[in-house]
Amino acid sequence: MRDRTALNTLQYDPALCIGCGICIAVCPHEVFAWNSRAVRLDRREACMECGACQVNCPTDAIAVDSGVGCASAMIRAALTRTKQDT
Amino acid sequence: MLSIQPTTPGLPASAAKETAPLRCAAGIAILPRVGSTLTWAHRWDHVLARCAVNRTGHRVEPGLYALHEPDASSPVFVTANYSLSFDALRSALDGIDGYILVLDTQGINVWCAAGKGTFGTQELVTRIEATALKQVVDHRRLILPQLGAPGVAAHEVKRRSGFAVEYGPVRAADLPAYLVDHLATPEMRQVTFHLRDRLLLIPVEGVHVLLPLVLFAVVLFLLGGWLPASAAVSAILAGVVLFPILLPWLPAHDFSGKGFILGAMVALPFALAAVLLPGLLAGTAKEAVLRTAGNTGVPWGRLALGGLSYVLAMPPVTAFLALNFTGSTPFTSRSGVRREIFTYIPIMAWMFGAGVVLIAALAAIQILGG
Repeated sequence: MRDRTALNTLQYDPALCIGCGICIAVCPHEVFAWNSRAVRLDRREACMECGACQVNCPTDAIAVDSGVGCASAMIRAALTRTKQDT
Repeated sequence: MLSIQPTTPGLPASAAKETAPLRCAAGIAILPRVGSTLTWAHRWDHVLARCAVNRTGHRVEPGLYALHEPDASSPVFVTANYSLSFDALRSALDGIDGYILVLDTQGINVWCAAGKGTFGTQELVTRIEATALKQVVDHRRLILPQLGAPGVAAHEVKRRSGFAVEYGPVRAADLPAYLVDHLATPEMRQVTFHLRDRLLLIPVEGVHVLLPLVLFAVVLFLLGGWLPASAAVSAILAGVVLFPILLPWLPAHDFSGKGFILGAMVALPFALAAVLLPGLLAGTAKEAVLRTAGNTGVPWGRLALGGLSYVLAMPPVTAFLALNFTGSTPFTSRSGVRREIFTYIPIMAWMFGAGVVLIAALAAIQILGG
């Protein structure tokens, strides 16, 4: 189950990190880890783009094109030509 | 100041009468009180929710609730107004006094609602105001489920409401351990997708395919008998029942690939049956293979094409259902699923289309007495 490939839009700028650690707390897949005073990307490939880290990062050090990885919702959006509302 | 809720619509009656409402010290608020006991009525409500009966109707009235015997210093737990979320929280907090702040997520669970933003910063700030939480507790801390984080910006909540957001564990069941020192272990922070979690999803998936399943089965039975009818049922059930169960053990890297492999395994017996059964039914089992063509008068080529039609039509059905299961799992990313759709949907469509054309052609030949 963990063998999904590393395609995701997660981007992290360590220069902006203030080391509050909230990204480590909110990530459900242990993508971030402590690296002395700042945070480092540890398991980028495990990111599911839920967006929790980006939303909670107080310094905008994290960017991710978040959304729900749900095929039926995307297919429905494509078929009805509507913008996906996730 | 606070809308008084002597009764709790949306809650089964047994929960509401568990204990009397809580009259706060300040004398300004009367809060409905709940306990940790789940009655059979609650469990039945959970069963219905798991079976997608009245999908978004399993709601708890949004607002502030007293859990057991809280005082002004008791912790505040935030959750969604989905009865499964609310009940998981209160039943996990057996013997712990506190408050439960229920956000209006329109009957949707915490994680999905957070993804949509209904379990979000705005709703949380509004609900804090509407329930006059500042007058009920003397501290300024909230404990949110970790999976609410995609919708809530903790620093925004702090700035706008004065309440500090603390993300608790993923699962409510871990709350008692978490509350000891307010530190979550890495295990508490990780989502899991064990066999039990996957089994619980099967009824919902099944309900969604029930109508097409019956429709396909009836039409195919009328057109071609029990073999194509049971093939359709098998391909669909493989996608919604076998796939969630076998997910971690199926080879391939993505859901569609896994689905194709499972669909092919299920299709093979049907292909063999399509080739051999006419002979089996016409003669003895022993000689069936050799005598198939001779006994039935059907040319080998046509029998082989009949078998091929199952191999073409069945795996894409299972694979498509497998691809749709991505939305129920806790680890697929939108980028990954988008790529899967672009890669596999054309293959599924062509294979299924070719299979259907083949089936139709063979049926036409048979009807026309070829």
